Order: sequence, then C-alpha cells, then structure tokens
Amino acid sequence: MYSKGFMPLATATVVALTTALALAFFYAPLDADQGFVQKIFYVHVPMAIVALGGFVAGGVMGILHLRSGDPSWDLRSYVAIHLSVILGSGVLITGAIWAKASWGHWWVWDEPVLVSFLVVFLLYCVYYPLRFSIEDPERQARYSSVFAIVAGAFVPLNFVAVRMAETFTHPRVLSQTGGSLPGEMRLTFLVSLLAMALLFVTLWKLELTAKHASMQLKRLRRRLDARVTA
Amino acid sequence: MIRAAGAILRKDLRLELRTKESVPAMTLFTLTVYVLFHFGLDRDSLDGELAAGVLWVTLLLAAVIGVSRLFAAEREQGGIDALLLAPIDRTSLFLAKASALFLFLVAVELVAVPAFGLLLLGPDLGGTLPELPAILLLGNLGVAAVGALVAALAAETRARELIVPLLLLPLLVPVLISCAQATEPLLRQEQGPEDLGRWLGLLTLYDVVFVLLCVAVFDYLLED
Repeated sequence: MYSKGFMPLATATVVALTTALALAFFYAPLDADQGFVQKIFYVHVPMAIVALGGFVAGGVMGILHLRSGDPSWDLRSYVAIHLSVILGSGVLITGAIWAKASWGHWWVWDEPVLVSFLVVFLLYCVYYPLRFSIEDPERQARYSSVFAIVAGAFVPLNFVAVRMAETFTHPRVLSQTGGSLPGEMRLTFLVSLLAMALLFVTLWKLELTAKHASMQLKRLRRRLDARVTA
Repeated sequence: MIRAAGAILRKDLRLELRTKESVPAMTLFTLTVYVLFHFGLDRDSLDGELAAGVLWVTLLLAAVIGVSRLFAAEREQGGIDALLLAPIDRTSLFLAKASALFLFLVAVELVAVPAFGLLLLGPDLGGTLPELPAILLLGNLGVAAVGALVAALAAETRARELIVPLLLLPLLVPVLISCAQATEPLLRQEQGPEDLGRWLGLLTLYDVVFVLLCVAVFDYLLED
C-alpha cells in the first residue's frame, strides 16, 4: 500500500546523498573564515529545513485526516512528525558542534534560529506522551491531528517571535538575494537539501510500510487465535 | 451559540464562587513563587528585564494551574457527557471555557500584580498604569485561547497532569517574549526607550492566529 515506487526512490536517495557528500568534500571551496568545519553546514542546514518542513507537513496531513476521517492520514502525520523529531535532535547536535567550532560556545542564546528550533523541538517531544496516553485508537488519531495542526501553525509564528527578540548573529543563508553564498557552495547546498529531502521521504515510506505490515500481522494473528480457540 | 456559551460561563463562574478552587490557589501560588524568586535570586527589589521576566514567568506558571483545573468539574462529576449531549455547538463550549479562564486570570492578576509591586518591584507601579493593564489583557487573551484548547486536549489522556505544563508552556513562549519585552521598559528605574507597538503587534498577531485556530480545531475534540 505504501511501498509503491519505493525502489526508484531509494536509488535516487543513495545517488543524491553520495553526490552531495562528494560535492561537499571535493567541489565546494573551503570557507576562508571557518575552514573545514564549515562543511557541517551542508548537513546541519538541510536537516533543519527538512525537519521544519516535516513538522508543517505533519500538520497538513492532520488537516487531511480531520477532513476525511481516514486513519491512514493520521499514520502519515505521525510518521512525518516522528522522523522530524529524530532529524531535529540531529539538528541540535550538529548546531551545537558548529557553534562550538565557530563561536566558541556549545550553546548561544542570542541566536534566534537555534533558540526557536529548541522551542519547537521541545513542543514536538510532547507529541509522544500525548499520543500514547490515549487508548481509544479513533480518539488518539483525532487528538494527535489536532496537536499536529496547532503545532504546525506554531512553528512559523514562533520563529517570528524569537527572531524579533534576539539580535542577529546567524548567517542568513536563504535570504531573497540568494544570501552571501558563492556559486559552488550554493550548488552543493541545494544538492544536499535535495538529498536530505529524498532521505526523509524514503525513510517516511519505509516506516509507513513497516507500521502497516505490523498492523496487518497483528490483525492476522488475532484472527488465527480466534480460530484456534474456537 | 452566544447564549449557550453564556450559560456555561455562568455555570463555571458560579461554581468557582462557591467552591473557591482555582483562583485562590493560583493567587497563593503566585505569592509563593515571588518568595521563591526572592530567595533564588537573593534580591530585595527588581527592576527592568529581571522584574518583567519574574512577573511573566510567575503569571504563566499560575496559568498552568488554572488550565489543569479547567475541565476538572466536568471530568470528576461526569458533566461532560451532559454537555456533549446538549444540542449546542462545540464552539460555544470553547468560548465559555476560554472566557472563564480569561476572567480567572484577570482575578488573579488583580491581586498578583499589586503584590508584585509591593513585594519585589523597585520602581513605583503607578508609572506603568495605562500600558501594563493593556499588555496583561492581550496576554490573557492568548493564554486563555491556548489554555482552553490544551485543557480539552489533555482532559482525555491518562497523563493529564504531565501533558498540561509540557504542552502549554512551549506554546506560550511567544506570549512570554512579547509580554516580557513590552513590560520591561515600564519597569525600569529610569525611563528608557520604549518599543511597545512592535511587541503589542506581535501579541495581537499571536492572539488572532490562535483564537481562530482553536475555534477551528476545537470541534474535533470532545466528540463521541
């Protein structure tokens, strides 16, 4: 059900990831200021963008679930948020490493993007206790979708608020003029972003297939048990 | 819809007046937190950023108590089933609960803010008069909308006491930012530059987005 077109997608992901890594290490120039450590940029930033996109996508899938009542949309939303939380911890870790290397501290509070990401991450961590403390599956799906929608709307609002509150130090990579990235770096960055997005979709499909399979297995077991006892 | 909301709101207010459960507890809690901050920071009087931060963190923590008690009567006495059976729009339930929380917060602040001025604040509270109540009301609006939604979300879960603070406080970070930043210049020893419009704008944006959002999604909660 969920595994349609999985093989080409997985192949594309592998190719894109390899290309992105190769470009990052051999093609993109060394940063004059930060040197080699700047390469973490090609992991950190795409990961952050994909994670935030995943959170918002989870909210959209939540809307679709509430409108259609189809539980598979709730499953999709759950897996998207789950993967985004995992990517989110990666973002916080790589961000801390980068901050330590280039600013000298593991954590920098006057850094709006980092701080708002932390707030969003903390909020989404509550998705798990909320979801798994509701037993009735239909209600669980509905409440999780409501959470996904509210939190999805909260993401952009929170970024505005935190950005207004803090002074700027973060390099604005994606401003409208294309930022201050030279051409080779930008190409590498865009390929890394694509690779990360493909990785996200591949993992999402894989997890959905696995969840679906285990649910079917459970159903079959129950039927078998019923037959044996009867 | 407005009439039904008014009826539920009157019921909640009468319940609160008779049992005196939420508001006195929240007020007492704010005073306790002031004492904690006094010893924790080891300061006799606060001003500026520190004062704004202490005031708003205390108020938001007190709001957590109000939010976790918001559906308590319905849950314990089974009144929620009667409310759901009644032929009324769910939105009226949301409006009633959010208004009740809003009024509770106002009642708490009527005591908690003067008490803050008396106990901890260095500069005179009178200097903040036209602006501070406006910030408090706008802040309460956001807290009330998000709080009513979180209360309804958490009401049906097993780990209720755990979910409410964990869910509510991150959602209120933008409220804390804008309220504390707007209040900070008012609480300084010497009057500094104010940037009130920007923060009130952000607060209004938050209120509008979340009131609309909560009204839109509340129908899907508490439906069986």
